[in-house]
Amino acid sequence: MTASAVIIEVDGLSKRFGKIEAVKGVTFGVQPGEIFGFLGPNGAGKTTTINMLCTLLTPSAGSARVNGFDVVHQRSEVRRSIGLVFQQTTLDEYLSADQNLRFHAYAYAIPAELRERRMTELMEMVDLADRRSGSVRTYSGGMKRRLEIARGLLHHPRVLFLDEPTLGLDPQTRRHIWDYLLRLREQEGLTIFLTTHYMDEAEFSDRIAVIDHGRIVGLGTPDGLKRDVGGDLLTVRTPDAPAAAAEIRERYAAEVSVRDDMVSFSVANGEEFLPDFVKRFGHPMQSIAVRRPTLDDVFLHLTGREIRDAELDPQAQMLQGMARRFHG
Amino acid sequence: MSEIWRGAWVVAYRELLRFVNERSRLVGSLAQPLIFLVIFGAGFGNVIGALAPGVDFIQFMYPGIIAMGVLTTALFAGVSVVWDREFGFLREMLVAPLGRTGIVLGKAIGACVIGLVQVLLMLLITPLVNVSIDIGLVVRLIPVVFVLSIALSGLGILIASFMRSQQGFQLLIQLLIFPLIFLAGVFFPVNQAPDWLQVLSKVNPLTYGVDAIRQIFLGPSAPLGVSVFDHVMTIGEEVALMAGLGAVLLAAAAWAFSRQE
Repeated sequence: MTASAVIIEVDGLSKRFGKIEAVKGVTFGVQPGEIFGFLGPNGAGKTTTINMLCTLLTPSAGSARVNGFDVVHQRSEVRRSIGLVFQQTTLDEYLSADQNLRFHAYAYAIPAELRERRMTELMEMVDLADRRSGSVRTYSGGMKRRLEIARGLLHHPRVLFLDEPTLGLDPQTRRHIWDYLLRLREQEGLTIFLTTHYMDEAEFSDRIAVIDHGRIVGLGTPDGLKRDVGGDLLTVRTPDAPAAAAEIRERYAAEVSVRDDMVSFSVANGEEFLPDFVKRFGHPMQSIAVRRPTLDDVFLHLTGREIRDAELDPQAQMLQGMARRFHG
Repeated sequence: MSEIWRGAWVVAYRELLRFVNERSRLVGSLAQPLIFLVIFGAGFGNVIGALAPGVDFIQFMYPGIIAMGVLTTALFAGVSVVWDREFGFLREMLVAPLGRTGIVLGKAIGACVIGLVQVLLMLLITPLVNVSIDIGLVVRLIPVVFVLSIALSGLGILIASFMRSQQGFQLLIQLLIFPLIFLAGVFFPVNQAPDWLQVLSKVNPLTYGVDAIRQIFLGPSAPLGVSVFDHVMTIGEEVALMAGLGAVLLAAAAWAFSRQE
């Protein structure tokens, strides 16, 4: 990859807080127009890395360039090149939407005639055109997020950083926001750097980097990463999970993981493997499932944790509980 | 350099917008000094009598109350830094191409303009307290209020740079604000206080701010003024002192803020 082909170039980037090394020399590149997913368990170093890329933290070692500018020595140029949408809102709730946007426009020195045109255009895009003079206090969570996205794009950034952009929003709003984002990429050739806990969102990424304990543990396209996990994933539910795991390990020389009463392992061709497996399985079996690997499996495989471990939303938990009861 | 100036005016602009949006803040910031003026004036006015020929207690206290209003508003610059950090807006300012020093300057200028507006509103009640003003007085008053305001907002932002929580900051400010006001000679002539109190008052920099404003209203007068080592402070000396202190505090605030964020 040549230097001109990447818009974010990270080389051996590290950050140390006292004795703790939060990011331990990460290296990767992001191509222009790409949606780059940056995944990892909580505390893996995601936010620290983002903060270094957007000049809020100074790296302890290594270097990073965004849009060709060094994040340490050319901070202003980097700041002009990026737009940010953080997990927590950074709007001034006591101002109106327009006042928030205008503050941003002044701060980035956007010329007046361009400013008003761009504001109108963006507020129409995020469906807030009729609420422009309303105080942000009266906005719902989804509206605030949409306003933040509009604001983040006001100065025509080359890269948009989205740190958990839809956390805590309902599924419908999340879908809307993704409609805007995908359209933006089409229209403006925007590069999107994304962190998320939602696997369906991570699927929008062209490429994904997985970070764990401050190191990049996986990097590739979603399909590529799934392929790396190995063939199909077989999951057996049995009351005698440890013994079943030992048996499978011995008979098929497979790498087996146990979670509660579930035993999982991967095989090259699940459907053809199944009949013989069931015939020879020497333990009571409650259920069996074969499926292609998902990003969840990729995540589990690379980090040893499920992506949603930290942040399973109550609604999904409730649905799971209902399904369990319903199916008995 | 341009980033510092842009930072200063953008941040100041937003402070003023917020002030205009929240009218309750204007009422609140005027209410406190007025309550002091009315209650202390009515309570002590008849008992104390004239402090100097032609100067009764309310006339003496009124300039001090103006300084007190400036103090509360200026320290608010610090409160707003802590707020912005808590409610996230600080991040919007920090990732924008604005100089850190500019952000600090903007907060100070914002507080300063708001302070001036309040002082001008306070001037509306001069007929009620038997203080006469003219245009010349107002012209002389503005730069003094400006300098005092900048110095005190520097102090507020300096403290705010080290405070993470709103509660901690409020507590510290409360601890600071009352000794500063009560020792500044708002309610008594410093030169006539007992020696130990004189010492405390004369190391309190706010004392000179109060006296400078008082000299504008009442003219220089030795019994009501502040003397240091037998020298009666002139208004010029006091303003220079405030300006020097303000420059130091503001520089320290800019340094602390850039280091922390």
